Amino acid sequence: MVVETARSQACAESDVVIRVRGLTMGFGDRVLMRDLDFEVCRGEIFVILGGSGSGKSTLLKHMIGLYRPQAGHIWVGGADIAVADGAQREAILRRVGVMYQMGALFGSMTLLENVRLPLEVHTDLPREAMDAIAGSRLQLVGLGAFKDFMPAEISGGMQKRAAIARAMVLDPEVLFLDEPSAGLDPITSADLDRLIRRLARTLDMTIVIVSHELASIFAIADRVIMLDRESQGIVAEGDPAILRDTSNHPWVQRFLRRTESDDERPA
Amino acid sequence: MDAAASFGRPFEYDATAGPPASLHLRGRLDVRAVEHAWGPLRHAVQGLGVAGAVVHVELSGLEYCDGAGAALLHALERDLEQAGAELRFEGMGRMVADQMNPYRELAAVEPARVGDGRGWWPGLLDVVDSVGRAAHSQLSFVGELTRAVGSGLRHPRQVRWGDTLRVAEAAGFRALPIVSLIAFLLGVILAFQSAIAMRQFGGEIFVANLVAVSLFRELGPLMMAILLAGRSGAAFAAEIGTMKVNEEVNALKTMGLDPVRFLVLPKVLAGLLVAPLLALYANMIGLIGGAVVMQGFGIPWVAYFNQVAAALTPSDLFSGLAKAVVFGLVVASVGCLRGLQTGSGAASVGLATTSAVVTSIILIVVLDGLFAVLFYHMGV
Repeated sequence: MVVETARSQACAESDVVIRVRGLTMGFGDRVLMRDLDFEVCRGEIFVILGGSGSGKSTLLKHMIGLYRPQAGHIWVGGADIAVADGAQREAILRRVGVMYQMGALFGSMTLLENVRLPLEVHTDLPREAMDAIAGSRLQLVGLGAFKDFMPAEISGGMQKRAAIARAMVLDPEVLFLDEPSAGLDPITSADLDRLIRRLARTLDMTIVIVSHELASIFAIADRVIMLDRESQGIVAEGDPAILRDTSNHPWVQRFLRRTESDDERPA
Repeated sequence: MDAAASFGRPFEYDATAGPPASLHLRGRLDVRAVEHAWGPLRHAVQGLGVAGAVVHVELSGLEYCDGAGAALLHALERDLEQAGAELRFEGMGRMVADQMNPYRELAAVEPARVGDGRGWWPGLLDVVDSVGRAAHSQLSFVGELTRAVGSGLRHPRQVRWGDTLRVAEAAGFRALPIVSLIAFLLGVILAFQSAIAMRQFGGEIFVANLVAVSLFRELGPLMMAILLAGRSGAAFAAEIGTMKVNEEVNALKTMGLDPVRFLVLPKVLAGLLVAPLLALYANMIGLIGGAVVMQGFGIPWVAYFNQVAAALTPSDLFSGLAKAVVFGLVVASVGCLRGLQTGSGAASVGLATTSAVVTSIILIVVLDGLFAVLFYHMGV
């Protein structure tokens, strides 16, 4: 498989946070991707890119251990989540936070209760401390004044921000975001991008994002991999701006250089 | 994410009463450290913080500080502020400063939703308002349902008969095993309990009268209605409720389809159709349960069923079936109404389902009482 690489330099071995080797994933007899190899480095914003149905979200679910791969390994912090069970798997998941595509806030809980829940499950902190931490995380995403609201009472963009607050309440070393900008207007989407940048810089988090929103990708991604459904693999890897300017792969060109002239418009 | 990143020096602190009062923090101030230090450290700092004092907190020894660590530092700051003392952080690195920011910002945020403190009178008005709205929505629903039934009678081709039969199969045919079990046991229990008393007077044969009349007039329709409410009423509410949450009901409206005609009418028609049939079936199975018990008391099958035939009148049969029809209508309508009233989120579907079953059972019992009075005055 030919992979175009626009990476200026590979990160040092000690900075590898996630390492994927020979990953084959699919459902039953159907294979989505074969032999994926890549690394995620400490402190970077890493974006998994690809068209609809290319397996981006499925790859993310493999990386957080929700799905078992058909073959290959996924080391998260040195432990292989593809084969981890029980306590080992819990220990890995304790170090990551996940924001799902639709936010997945619990509708019967207020925002504060939603964000506090991981603390209740994983720590023995007193309630006062849990409330303070959950409140600060909501404040960090700009929802400090909405802690007593129910998810149904706030907008979709606010729900996503609250979901990010919940995902990072345990100060995870890696934050996974599944299509954070999907379905948001450009202004809200740009606000969310700024928030993600700020989190990465402020809290030194490694952030893995699944997305196909071009504006968002160019604004926040340090490095991308591009999944292609046809070839069932990674067709490009590196800085998105460099890939856009230098790639010779036709699919990468179409994806990253899409302009108005590509769109069908009435004459 | 190597192991070293997670395991630095353990958290330690030294508190010195001074003057000047000081606190030295060292090591890794993470959530695990905070779990142990939250109470003791605050207690130690409160001991240093006499009014007007300045407590110096040296942070340069901190190797790591997460959100929980910042929560502890902020709590210390607040504790001393309340005691009239001042906390001065020294050697605060970027990591601690960044983690502390949201806590300090949060303290300046006014709560967006506070108690209104309006007293009991506006609260009572709110209750009256919500009761009025609920009554209005239920009356509107009855009106819409009546219109949909009328329209269905005028234009039978507009009724979704395929859906109606599918719902009737799910609510009726597939309910037969549970109805059989409950009705059989009901017949057994009725016959057994009454036979023990009747035997003292040598009147075991009259157990057949008791079982038949009780089942046909009262227990058959009542038991069937409660089963229908728990099984199908709940299912109607959950199905329509989930559609409401997923905005499928709105999609129907924007396509010009009336949700009552499209979703509710087939379910109500199915309820009307299966309720009397299920009640009749429950009556028959209950009679068989009674007959089995009477075998043990020496009453042959033929004698038992002859006695049943003699005891029952057409009014027993038809009054029971009339009640079953009304109960079927109530259960299906309430299930659909609660589904359409579902709010947003998964929890509201659960509430709608619970409400459908509870409301149905209350209405069934109330209506059963009204039927008893009505039939008494009609001489039925």
